[in-house]
Parts: sequence; C-alpha cells; structure tokens
Amino acid sequence: MSWETVIGLEVHCELSTRTKLFCSCPNEFGAAPNTNVCPVCLGLPGSLPVLNERVVEFALRLGEALEFEVPAESIFARKNYFYPDMPKDYQVSQYEQPILVNGRLEVDGTAVGIHRAHLEEDTGKTAHISPTGRIHDAEYSLVDYNRAGVPLMEIVSEPEIRSSEQARSYVQELRATLEALGVSDVKMEEGSLRIDANVSLRPDGASEFGTKVEVKNMNSLRSLGRALDYEVERQRGLLEAGEAVVQETRHWDEGDGRTKGMRSKEEAFDYRYFPEPDLVPVRPTAEWRDRVRATMPELPAARRARLIAEWEIREDDARTLLASPEKIGLAEAAVALGAPAKRVANIVINTPDVSALSAGHLAELVALEGDGTISKTVSKQVLDKVLAGEGSPREIVEREGLANESDEGELASAVDAVVAGHPDEVAAYREGDEGKRKKIRGFLMGQLMKQTQGKADPQTLNRLLDDRLP
Amino acid sequence: MSERAFDIAAAVRAGERSARSVVDEHLAQVARVDGDVHAFLHVLGDEARAAADEIDRRVAAGEDPGPLAGVPVALKDNMCTRGIPTTCSSRILEGWRPPYDATVVDRIRAAGGIPIGKTNLDEFAMGSSTENSAFGATRNPWALDRVPGGSSGGSAAAVAAGMAPLGIGSDTGGSIRQPASLCGVVGVKPTYGRVSRYGLIAFASSLDQIGPFAGDVRDAALLLESIWGPDARDSTSIPTAPDPLVQEIDRGVEGLRVGVVGELTDVEGIDPEVRSAVEDAARLLEKAGATVDRASVPSTTYGLSAYYLIAPAEASSNLARYDGVRYGLRVDGPDVEGMNAATRAAGFGAEVKRRIMLGTYALSAGYYDAYYGKAQKVRTLIIDDFARAYERFDVLLSPTSPTTAFPIGAKTDDPLTMYLCDVCTIPVNLTGACAVSIPSGLDATGLPIGIQVMAPALGEAPMFRAAKALEDGFAFAATPALAGGAS
Amino acid sequence: MAPRITGDDVRHVAKLARLRIDDAEVDQFAGQLAAILDHAADIEALDIDDVPPTSHPVPFDNVLRADESGPCLDRDEVLAQAPHVEDGRFRVPRILDEAQ
Ligand SMILES: [Mg+2]
Ligand SMILES: [Zn+2]
Repeated sequence: MSWETVIGLEVHCELSTRTKLFCSCPNEFGAAPNTNVCPVCLGLPGSLPVLNERVVEFALRLGEALEFEVPAESIFARKNYFYPDMPKDYQVSQYEQPILVNGRLEVDGTAVGIHRAHLEEDTGKTAHISPTGRIHDAEYSLVDYNRAGVPLMEIVSEPEIRSSEQARSYVQELRATLEALGVSDVKMEEGSLRIDANVSLRPDGASEFGTKVEVKNMNSLRSLGRALDYEVERQRGLLEAGEAVVQETRHWDEGDGRTKGMRSKEEAFDYRYFPEPDLVPVRPTAEWRDRVRATMPELPAARRARLIAEWEIREDDARTLLASPEKIGLAEAAVALGAPAKRVANIVINTPDVSALSAGHLAELVALEGDGTISKTVSKQVLDKVLAGEGSPREIVEREGLANESDEGELASAVDAVVAGHPDEVAAYREGDEGKRKKIRGFLMGQLMKQTQGKADPQTLNRLLDDRLP
Repeated sequence: MSERAFDIAAAVRAGERSARSVVDEHLAQVARVDGDVHAFLHVLGDEARAAADEIDRRVAAGEDPGPLAGVPVALKDNMCTRGIPTTCSSRILEGWRPPYDATVVDRIRAAGGIPIGKTNLDEFAMGSSTENSAFGATRNPWALDRVPGGSSGGSAAAVAAGMAPLGIGSDTGGSIRQPASLCGVVGVKPTYGRVSRYGLIAFASSLDQIGPFAGDVRDAALLLESIWGPDARDSTSIPTAPDPLVQEIDRGVEGLRVGVVGELTDVEGIDPEVRSAVEDAARLLEKAGATVDRASVPSTTYGLSAYYLIAPAEASSNLARYDGVRYGLRVDGPDVEGMNAATRAAGFGAEVKRRIMLGTYALSAGYYDAYYGKAQKVRTLIIDDFARAYERFDVLLSPTSPTTAFPIGAKTDDPLTMYLCDVCTIPVNLTGACAVSIPSGLDATGLPIGIQVMAPALGEAPMFRAAKALEDGFAFAATPALAGGAS
Repeated sequence: MAPRITGDDVRHVAKLARLRIDDAEVDQFAGQLAAILDHAADIEALDIDDVPPTSHPVPFDNVLRADESGPCLDRDEVLAQAPHVEDGRFRVPRILDEAQ
C-alpha cells in the first residue's frame, strides 16, 4: 500500500517587542538570570497583567500578510498546569477566541491553510543539573524567569502539508514573512522560533486522517526535516507491519537521530481553560487595522517577484539573496546608489562573506567595470582586496596600477604579436566550423589576457582581433 | 465610638494636633485591646511613628499632606506592602515580604494616611467569620465569644474597637459588608474596577474589590475618594475618573426611588430583628423624602450557587502559584511534583483546600459546561434582573447579613451554613455593582445589625446619599465597651 | 444512585490541583463537595442554553500599554524570598515529566 503523509505545524514565534507581553520588563536575550523580572512576570501574588499594544499590532500585521480573518473580539484565557518555569502555574494564552483565524501561506506555488494564530506568554528557562547533562539523570533544576512573559505568537497550520520538504519550505517562507514584517528575530537556534509538528499517515486516497503523533524539540530547519523523515518512516513501518500508531508526544533527539516517546500523565491534557478575568477583550477597530495596513512592509513573495522583474535575475538567485538579510540589504543599498542591479546581484550572490563590503565600495567597483576602467577579471582581484580591507576599489586600482590599458596602439601590437606567433591556429580558424572557430578565438583571447595581465579591456581586444582574423 | 478620620485629618492639617500623637494613641489602644480581639497579624509601630513624624514635619513646613493626614489605617493582610510581611493568613505565605506595594497602599500614603498594621482575615479571604486564619481567629469587639464576620474581620474589628479610624478590606462575596454589619461599622464594596486591584492578592479576580471600613458614612466616603480612580496597572480598572464623593453625601434623598428587595429580605433563617430593621430603614428613607416600594430581583436566589462555582474556579487558578518554588513555604519532596503537592498540603488550610478542589472540579474536562459555564450564564441572568430593577429604582435595600454575630465555632463544621452568611451580599459581586452596609442599631442581645444599600455600577453617589440619610435617621451612636479607651 | 463525587474523582482532582491528600481527606472532600454541588443543583436544572455567559463584570475593551520598558526588581530582593537559590536562579527538585 502507499501512504500519504499528513503534517500540520505549530510554530511558536517570539515577538521582537521592546518589552514583555504583560509587563514593562525588557524583552531581551542573554541577560543575567532573573534580572529582567518584575512582580507581573514573576507572577507574584497581587500582580496583574496589562497587554502590550505593539503585540496586537504585530498580530494584525501578520493578519494582513497571511490574509487572516480578524475576529471582532478576541479574549485571553488561562491554561492551567503546573510547571516550575511557569510563575503562575497557568499560562495566559488564547483559546476559543484567538486574534487571527483562517489564514494562508503560499509555499512554492501551493497555498497552505493556517487554522489560527494566537498570542500567549512564554515560560522561563529551566536548566537541568545532572552529571550527564541529560534531563532524566538530573539531580535538580535551576529556573531563570527572564524569558517568562515574553510575547509569543502561536501559528497553527491546517494539516495540509504533504512532505518534509514542503514543511521546510513552509517554515522558510513563514520565517521570511515574520522577518519582513519586523515582528520576530526568527532565530531557531536561539529559540525565538520553535516548531512542533503533528504527523500522521493515511492510505493514498483516504479522506479520514490517521492517528497523529506530536513531534517536539526540533531546533533547526535541518532537524525539522530529519525528524519528520524519521517519524514518517517510523509510522510507515508500524502501519506496514499491521501495527497501530499510538497517539502521543515524541521528542526529537538530534544526537540519536530518532523521535522518542514522552511519559504522559493522565491529567496532562486537562488544562481547565477559562477566560482570563484579569484582562479585557481585544477588539481591533477598523481605524487600527487601516493604520496597520498603511504601514505594511513588502512581503517576501512580492519582493521576490519585484527582484525577478526589475533586476532581471533568476528566481533561485532572488531566493538566495532574500535568504540572507545581509546580502539583500547590501545589494539594495548598492542599487540605490545607482549601480546596475543585475551585476550587483551577481557579485553579492558569488561572494561567500559580504560582511566586510560596504554598499559604497560595491557600487564603486561596479562603476569601474562599467566605464571600462577595469575588466571583470581585474574586478575580482580588486574585490578580494576590498574584502581584505585594503581600501576602496578606486584606491586599489590606482595604487596597484590595475586600470585597463587604454593605449590602443600598444594593444594592437600585442594582438599583432599573438596572431603572428600562432600561425597554425590562425590557419585552423580560417578552415574551421563555428565550434572550432569559437574555441580558437577563446584560446587567442586567453593568450592576450595573459600578455596584458588582464588589464586590457576585452571589448577593445575583441574588436582588434576581429580586424585581424579572416 | 472612637474618633472620626475626618476630624483627625482636619486637626492635623491645621497643625492643631500632631500625627504622632494620633498614631501613639491608636497604638496604645492596640496594645490595650488587641490581645483580646486579635484584629492584627502585624502591627507597624515603628513604621507608623516614622510616617507620622514625616507628616508633622510637612505640616510644619507649610505643606498639606492630604485628606487623610495623620489618620491611621488598618490594612487587610492580603494587600501587598513592600518589605512588610503579607500573609493572607496562610502558612503558605508566612514570612513573605513582597518587593512591592499595592496601589491602594500607595494611594493611602499619598493622601497622608498611615498604615498602622496588617489585619487578620479568613485564609486567602475565603470565609465569613475570620476563623479560617492560620494565625488564630479574630473576636468581635462587641462580644468576644462571637465572630466579627469575614473575611475582612480583622479590619472591621480594628475600626469597631477604636484601634484605627479607617480600615481597608476586600469584598468578593460580602467580605467587607458582612463583617461591617457584624461589627457595627460602615463597610463599602465599590463598583468593580473603581479601586485598583493591583497588589491585592487575588481570591476570585472577577469578583474581588477593595473597599473602606469606617466609623461613619462620611469617613467611608473620604477613604474611598482617596483610593479609587483609574490605575494603569490594573486592566480592569475603570478608565474614567470618578466625581468627588464627600461633597455628595449630604444632598439628601428627596425624590430618590428606593426598592426593598424581597428575595434578599425574606431569606431562609433571617433573624426577625434584622428583618424589622430593614422595614425601619425603608420608613426612615421615606420620611426623609424618598419614595419606597417593594422590588423583585428573582434570579438572586441562584446567586449563592453561581458564586460557589465561579469563585472557587477562579481561586483554584489564582492559588496555583503557591508551589514552593519562588517564595513562601516549601516542604521538600522527591521531585518537583512531590514538592509542590507536599507544600500545598502543608501550607493551605481546610477551607482553602476545599475551594481549590471544588473549583478545579468545576473547571475540569466534562464538567465545565455544567458548572462553571452554567454559573456564568446565571451571572448574566442576575445582571439582567438587576438592570430591570434599576429601571424603577435608584437604590435597593436588603439586610447585609441574615443574622447578627454568631458564636465562634458555631458554623465551622458545616461549610454550607457558613456559605449562607453571604446570601444577601453575593449578588452584588456577581453583577459588579456597588453596595454599602451601615449599622442600624443593636439587637436584643446587644449585637449590631447592618442594612445593605445597593446601587448600580458607578452609582456610589446616590448610594452614599441614601446611606447618609439612614445613618442620620438611625442615629446609631453606641460603641463596644472596649473601644472606649481611644480618643 | 451513584454518589455525585467518588473517591477516584477526588483523587484525580487533587492530582490536578497538586494537593497531597490522605484517605481520610478523600472521604471528607467527597462528602463536602457533593453537598456543595447538591446545593448548586438549582442552577444545574435551569434551561438557559441561549443566555450568554458573563466572565467580566466590566464592559470595556482594548486596555493596552505602550511598548516602553520600565524598572525591574532587584534580583537580591527577589531571591531573598525564595526557599532555595543557586547561581542567581531558583532551585527546584528534579523534574520527571519530560522525555524518557
Ligand atoms: Mg501554545
Ligand atoms: Zn516583568
């Protein structure tokens, strides 16, 4: 039998607000333990939450981007369960009335439905102290509440993803969108983007879903792909052996490359949600939504389309550029300085590390190529020196005498010498077919570049060569 | 009865009397009688004297310390006070010193008031007698073998016994009004959201409201005026500033439409003397120019049931945080779950555990709709019924408590009979509206009787006018014998 | 008639509520909770499916604060209240309920 993979993703994304969801403590990564805390995010008796306006604005931005419906009213609810990293032993989240419903994300030409997106508070961080570093050997744990109360958006897709590759593309596209919207740092490794997956298999053509397994703890796109591949194969193995898939939560173990079952407790699923009485409903007004709409940044798909059309570059090049905020930022800045976009994109894409390159230098380099001062071959040498911090392209060209030979007389005698020095090739050129001629011409050009140490303008050389070849 | 806050503040502001002498006299009264009454869990002797000296310095410098200048205020021990023990009368918070002050504490200080101590309560404000305290019961200053009511029994008793001219309580189902009634003082449950809950340790968040205790209606208005108003730290705080209140109270009741709520007066087990006090109240208001008629709010009969599902449900969540991790008691266990469970078993008293269990059950899978969900719908019914009644009436009357103070120990074995103490007060909390209890007189055994005046949300002004008219009419002037010393 | 609340119900709820209770308390709570719920039978019987629930007694919405940072607590003051502290953090006994 052949099986269809059914995947739904729950993405928890930390929002990059200045302050936490319900208090004015800084929302920052890496502070000394328990220093970014106040009565509210420590859940001290008597403290009360007040909602951060920007969090709602961020949600509305995502709503615009992913074509969500924005219900007239959304409310917060308490999700009750005990865990030491949760200061109140309940999480303020949204349950029956989330801020966003029914969105969609275009992934490689297919729309993936998004069931809902809701706001909730993050937990603190627990370090498990054990001789082996593994939680089940832990002797005790230490809790830091700096992260407690950091705003999270939980984005829940419909079970419409059909492969691990599509899951990765979905996350990549969602990540690019969140980043373009300026609502999150989307760093999976730092935990600002966390992904849980619901995975099931069903016989091809079936309309009923199979039993789903929740997979947690995937800390990179790579581990998401590996974990999903593993889990799909595990389930396929069970089903083909006539065994049942057990509904459970499984933990991805990066080191072992396996998903592992978690101990579940009978009461673990009774969260006793009820409306949070300490907060009032959020009702996004039309004016509020208009304001958000008016300040929407360009989204990844639109940006990609614009680069392909206006910069005349290929889709995969556009994706490569957009995958790196540094690269696309540099390219756009250089283009803004008047440099030809296509050439700029080409240089940026082919330069592995652009961190030492400024937009000004890049534009200058492309301008030197454009006005014939240097050839592309020399340009590459100049770029390497710029990256090594040896100065601006113009300074380097002048200092090292890398400008094209502009004396056509000198070039003409170099061409004469080369033609004279290779009579056999010239003869073969005369006789040869199109392919042969092209080859020989390339060889002669190579000889010329060698003689002129790459400083000659190729256009001029070509013209001179044309004059002399039959 | 003891001195009025209004007079003390006037004298202190005028430089006729030192705040320090006021504080010393009240601390002396605490020393004299609190061994018997046990209103206070923690007396702020040094802090209060230092605060008084500061008030006196400011007066001497020509500054006005505010409307509560030099007035000692007793704070229920569920209001957070920075660096000062705040226990909720629970072992689980014993020794906890909050790192912050409640908004109400800030405002009392800003108005020149002086916190003089933290008062006893039923643990986490769950109870109607102040017997459910881990640190011992409070006794009624009128009869030491009787309860002061609860849960704010400590603050009510402190005011009744002349240990503080003003007290702060919290009222979730009657916890200010019922002890005010049993102790013969004025107690106000303001409109939900009028007084910031920031720093009030939550019992049931959608019902809790802070309010004043005072010796008379004007003092109650003075304290309420000092503590209410918008607070950016409480999302449920009403965002509009209230109009001044003290200037309202003497406007009289001419033309005020008063309804006597049948369903809250003809309650099971009502004391005949309490019942006739309500009739007296109606007659007094009529004599003062109000129109009086019988009112009906049928669904209030479901109030108690709805309350005993909603309040425990919210409490079960609010009290989850007492888990032995961050503050308060910890009892060790083999793992974190065991530590949590052992800590909570040792730290909470029987009534608190009962309500946590009840509330957890009411919210649990399969029962939510039948219990918590249903109770919230009943809440809507009660709100609608009151709204209809307030089309015909400006204020409503009922007893505050069906009986006067009962003997200590009389109801501790049967939770349900204890819950029935709040049958007249609970509906107001469910609607979010306001109500006040004022003393009408003493019963045949010399125990105070209280009358409840209710008004719709934000109706404090007409409510206080009616309360003041009743106070003038009843002319209740008795004080418990042991209050005599303070003046 | 089956009891409204069984001992198993009580034990389950106590587990949810993280309360350690002994057998005597199980019986006691079973009786007391049943009595309170019996009293609430009056509202159980009401036919009010169409009535909307009230969870907030206040009618307003959109209470928001600007995204501006404010002061945090002093860590020493916070940790001074904790039962067990190590390395600037709150120390707790081992946590059992994660991956096997
Ligand atoms: Mg979540
Ligand atoms: Zn905070």
